[in-house]
Amino acid sequence: MNLGGSFDGSSSSSCSSRLNSKSEHGGDSRPHILAVDDNLLDRKLIEKLLLNSSCKVTTAENGLRALELLGLRDDQPNCSATGSKVNMIITDYCMPGMTGYELLKKIKGSSILKEVPVVIMSSENVPTRINKCLEEGAQMFILKPLKQSDVKKLRCLIY
Amino acid sequence: MDVGQMQKRLLDYMNSLLKEGILDSQFAQLQQLQDESNPDFVAEVVNLFFTDSENLINDLSNALGQQNVDFKKVDSCVHQLKGSSASIGAQRLKNTCISFRKFCDEQNLQACLMCLQEMQQEYLLLRSKLDVLLQVEKQIVAAGGSIPIMEF
Repeated sequence: MNLGGSFDGSSSSSCSSRLNSKSEHGGDSRPHILAVDDNLLDRKLIEKLLLNSSCKVTTAENGLRALELLGLRDDQPNCSATGSKVNMIITDYCMPGMTGYELLKKIKGSSILKEVPVVIMSSENVPTRINKCLEEGAQMFILKPLKQSDVKKLRCLIY
Repeated sequence: MDVGQMQKRLLDYMNSLLKEGILDSQFAQLQQLQDESNPDFVAEVVNLFFTDSENLINDLSNALGQQNVDFKKVDSCVHQLKGSSASIGAQRLKNTCISFRKFCDEQNLQACLMCLQEMQQEYLLLRSKLDVLLQVEKQIVAAGGSIPIMEF
């Protein structure tokens, strides 16, 4: 499984370290969103949608990379000083390897990150899938392709 | 041709693509995302789509040409293309993908092969239309005009 090269060139945040926020130093107060999707085109689209809504965005191409960025990889020490500077995680459901649902479970199972709202996206309207995700703690389930009106709804979840 | 005429030409062209079902409102969403901070956004996304699609169609061709066809793999490729098509607003191509997946489920090789052909045709048609569209947009911008917003 390829873990490398997850960031697209146009991402607005630093790629080399785990997610960190400048807000504790009185800098960027924009909400920081982690967007996870295995499809490059969709990553580009959601990134632009979020940037246009005054969000800081980091993208990841799979669940493992997302966990790495969040400081939740199994081999990483669980440190409260890292990883939790994300205001929302939005993830595709259908991804090879770790699905969005599995990623959701890991996030909700983490003492540091379980309060972070998680939104699931899917191109398929499957009620059992939607219910499963909502029951596991997803804040919202959105049908792809994403539009500007969807992102407006997302923003409301943060404040 | 002055900027106003070019803009009208673009709008008419977009409307015809909508009418033919080649594009849907999602494409307008894309165009609305383009701004001064990212003036080539639509072109970048479209070119990404072209590369992605061509790779997927090649993979499909190979997968369907195997002695023992792996329908799971075929379905996975079609699923990806369906996703990208939907994201860019390529309606007819997306619909071809939807039909294709049904035939994958049924493991109907002949039907899949026919779908692949249809997919290739739809893709080439879409590609030529988008090339024209992007060309006109480029001309408008070069002449100092802005891309008119499509209301759907």
